[in-house]
Amino acid sequence: MSETTTYTKKDFVSDQEVRWCPGCGDYSILSAVQTAMTQIGKKREDICFVSGIGCSSRFPYYMNTFGMHTIHGRAAAIASGLKIQNPNLSVWVATGDGDAMAIGGNHLIHALRRNVDINIIMFNNEIYGLTKGQYSPTTKRGVITKTTPYGVVDHPFVPASLALGCDATFFARAIDTDVKHLTSLVVEAANHKGTTFIEIFQNCVIFSDGIHEAYAGKATRDDNTIKVEHGKPMIFGKERNKGIILRGTRPEVVTIGENGITEKDLLVHDKTDDNMAYMLSRMKFPELPVALGIFRQVSAPSYEMDVEAQIAQVTSKKGAGNMKSLLHSGQTWNVG
Amino acid sequence: MKELENVVIRFSGDSGDGMQLTGTQFSTTSALMGNDMSTFPDYPSEIRAPQGTVAGVSGFQVCFGATEVNTPGDEPDVLVAMNPAALKANLADVKRGGTIIVNNDAFSPANLKKAGYESNPLDTNELDNYKVIRIDISNLTTEALKNLDLDLKAKGRCKNFCALGFTYYLFDRDMDSTIKWIESKFGKTPVLKEANILALKAGYNYGGNTLITTNRYQVPKAKIEKGKYRQMQGNAATAWGLMQAAEAAGLKLFLGSYPITPATEILQELAKFKEFGVKTFQAEDEIAGICSAIGASFGGALAATTTSGPGLALKTEAIGLGVIYEIPLVIVNVQRGGPSTGLPTKTEQADLLQSFYGRNGECPTVVVAASRPSDCFEMAYEAARLALEHMTPVILLTDGYIAQGAEPWKIPDIEKEFRPIKTRMVDRKLAPGEQFLSYQRDPKTLVRPWAIPGMAGYEHRIGGLEKSENFGNVSHDAKNHQRMVELRAEKIARVVDNIPDQEVFGDKSGDLLVVSWGGTYGATYSAVRELRKEGKRVSLMHMKYLNPMPKNVGKILKSYKKILVPELNMGQLQHLLREKFLIETIGYHKVQGQPLKITEVVGLINRELESL
Repeated sequence: MSETTTYTKKDFVSDQEVRWCPGCGDYSILSAVQTAMTQIGKKREDICFVSGIGCSSRFPYYMNTFGMHTIHGRAAAIASGLKIQNPNLSVWVATGDGDAMAIGGNHLIHALRRNVDINIIMFNNEIYGLTKGQYSPTTKRGVITKTTPYGVVDHPFVPASLALGCDATFFARAIDTDVKHLTSLVVEAANHKGTTFIEIFQNCVIFSDGIHEAYAGKATRDDNTIKVEHGKPMIFGKERNKGIILRGTRPEVVTIGENGITEKDLLVHDKTDDNMAYMLSRMKFPELPVALGIFRQVSAPSYEMDVEAQIAQVTSKKGAGNMKSLLHSGQTWNVG
Repeated sequence: MKELENVVIRFSGDSGDGMQLTGTQFSTTSALMGNDMSTFPDYPSEIRAPQGTVAGVSGFQVCFGATEVNTPGDEPDVLVAMNPAALKANLADVKRGGTIIVNNDAFSPANLKKAGYESNPLDTNELDNYKVIRIDISNLTTEALKNLDLDLKAKGRCKNFCALGFTYYLFDRDMDSTIKWIESKFGKTPVLKEANILALKAGYNYGGNTLITTNRYQVPKAKIEKGKYRQMQGNAATAWGLMQAAEAAGLKLFLGSYPITPATEILQELAKFKEFGVKTFQAEDEIAGICSAIGASFGGALAATTTSGPGLALKTEAIGLGVIYEIPLVIVNVQRGGPSTGLPTKTEQADLLQSFYGRNGECPTVVVAASRPSDCFEMAYEAARLALEHMTPVILLTDGYIAQGAEPWKIPDIEKEFRPIKTRMVDRKLAPGEQFLSYQRDPKTLVRPWAIPGMAGYEHRIGGLEKSENFGNVSHDAKNHQRMVELRAEKIARVVDNIPDQEVFGDKSGDLLVVSWGGTYGATYSAVRELRKEGKRVSLMHMKYLNPMPKNVGKILKSYKKILVPELNMGQLQHLLREKFLIETIGYHKVQGQPLKITEVVGLINRELESL
């Protein structure tokens, strides 16, 4: 961007009253995203937030940018069309686990596959909130919800594994209340060329309160999650003394200083390594810490830029088209 | 040589026999020779149905004439049957006393069995009512190509050009344009070029050597409007019409679509025109097709989506979003036989009520329909014009019959006939502190302004939730909802001030008014014209603007003793006319996957006139 505009967080706060439940995890996500927008080097009028249906999908109303609140599950498809039409825009999708993984699953996987330069932020609270408490495609087996009074018998998606299966060029995971970490990931996503997908562990205080608490809670997160960073060894724990090594092809938790383990023995995160990204996506609590940060980031052509390139290439070869010559081209004949 | 006013010829063979190509060549030649014409391909939905079977028969019909031609013709005067299955599939359609040209070589016991014949129909009295010309087309072809270095199978594939050559002789056609076509098509493979030209000439010369001249026919040039013409197929015309509208509006065209028969060709056609800046997006499904178009429209494109019946059903919710957003969007529905998957390759007009009412909530939108292949250009432009000038989704209805049909088209003077389109795009900077009201309406048209991302100061949010009048903020207020529902309805109603008055062909009052819409025009117009020549007091009102209907429709309907509404559905326009004008009409409901025939409509009109 040639011109720089200095914004403060307030510039991205709209005049609409925020109507999420008190204590909802969405507030901290909104705050993190508004802060991140001041750091992405984009003019406010060149930013558009697109959402589907659900609590998370109220998001665009609260951002003082362009915004589209659309229909259930379709945000990724609508955002794709917008970005292809105008590649200069910074296009964001705010969505939830029901919106993106159930009704919108098809659009999500195809957006990730195509690598359109849109940024998808998925608020995962493992429940349908706006329809008041039905299980979603990420709800764990056995959980009692309004539609599963005897427990869920569906097997849930792991969003990270699904995204990686689509060859997503950017996947990251964060916790709603870790605003600083989340803000940095949003900025990283903005700078990535291609589809980005951030899964946020979001707490619904009404229908699935505490669902991520065991690993994402403020008291437990240091010991039960691991923030991965490219090129750095996988260390975690309150004391920063635990780490991940590979035994065979499986990750294992070790303690630095025990059994002769030093920092050098630990796995070093490589965000371009597909196997490592997938391994991170499969790490489940309590056997292993839950991974956070950027699992995978690779560079690949983005769809809309390839579209532009084709247009430029054909136009330079054929010259800009006009209807009059098209109508008179090919086989024509005169009568009279 | 006998002179004929018009001729209907159907080329028919196995779906791999190249009959579409043969038919196209015949029609192009006839157009270049100054005939008016109309064509229609008829092919099976299986790509390669079992060879030699009736299910695998592919046909191409062309009507060419020395007078105005408006349909591909009711019944073939001439059938070219490349195998027994082609004869079996088409015989019932051929005019009694018509000519049947058969590839005699293909009538082998094995092929007869595959076609379901117990004995060879060429040897029984089954074809007594027709003039049968038996030609060993396969042998004639291989014999003509005997000196070429090609295997027997490749030689056999040239037999369609041999058959074409014979019809060229029969109807005194000029071979030049086809030879030129072969030269450019096979320029890189000289042996194939030579083979096809030899086959064409072999067929032609066979005619010269075997037929006495009195058995040849001539169809003189038609007296049609002077000017420069080109061939136009319906789906291509739709694609070009959208491009014309984009140029006229100074916007880029975006098409979000998903392949579906018989609409796919529009996507394929538009994908070619990168140098026009056209962006085509082949989406993951029908819903993503329209949703991507909605995104592009919000971004400032002339956005469209193309589909057929089942796809329109899938797009329903998103059309509703377009209606409440009030953004420009063109939805093209190339109708086919339904319900469900129905008859994918056959024609029908049964999505009219779906277009009017097939959405949740009070959800009015503009509906227009094209009347013939070349008219798809004008109506696609019109659909886009109304979408952009009124900030609304517009549904354009065509159908499989006109979408795949082709006809000569007088190239329009686009500067005169297709005026620039003035969009509702905001074109001024906001004053300091001024708030942009995204749903503030033009008092006359009730149309809201269009501000797109990238415009500083115009940042606003739109959504599928009900919005407050003028401001566009979310509103659940009871009275506001009533007001907004009424405003959206009134906005569409006022489109009537921006469409032409309804035209009538014939007298402004009389005994009988035929009312038709969409792709049945060729048949209804031809029938009415024929009967008017006989002095019958019948007129035609053919409708292209369906919602809203032109202002004078009500008055027209009250000026005739009887109203006949023939449709390719169970009476959908009839239903709308009754609802809107409280009038009784006589319906004719044909749902056979086939178009209306001229003779069929003539019969209907005569029946109604007699019972007056």
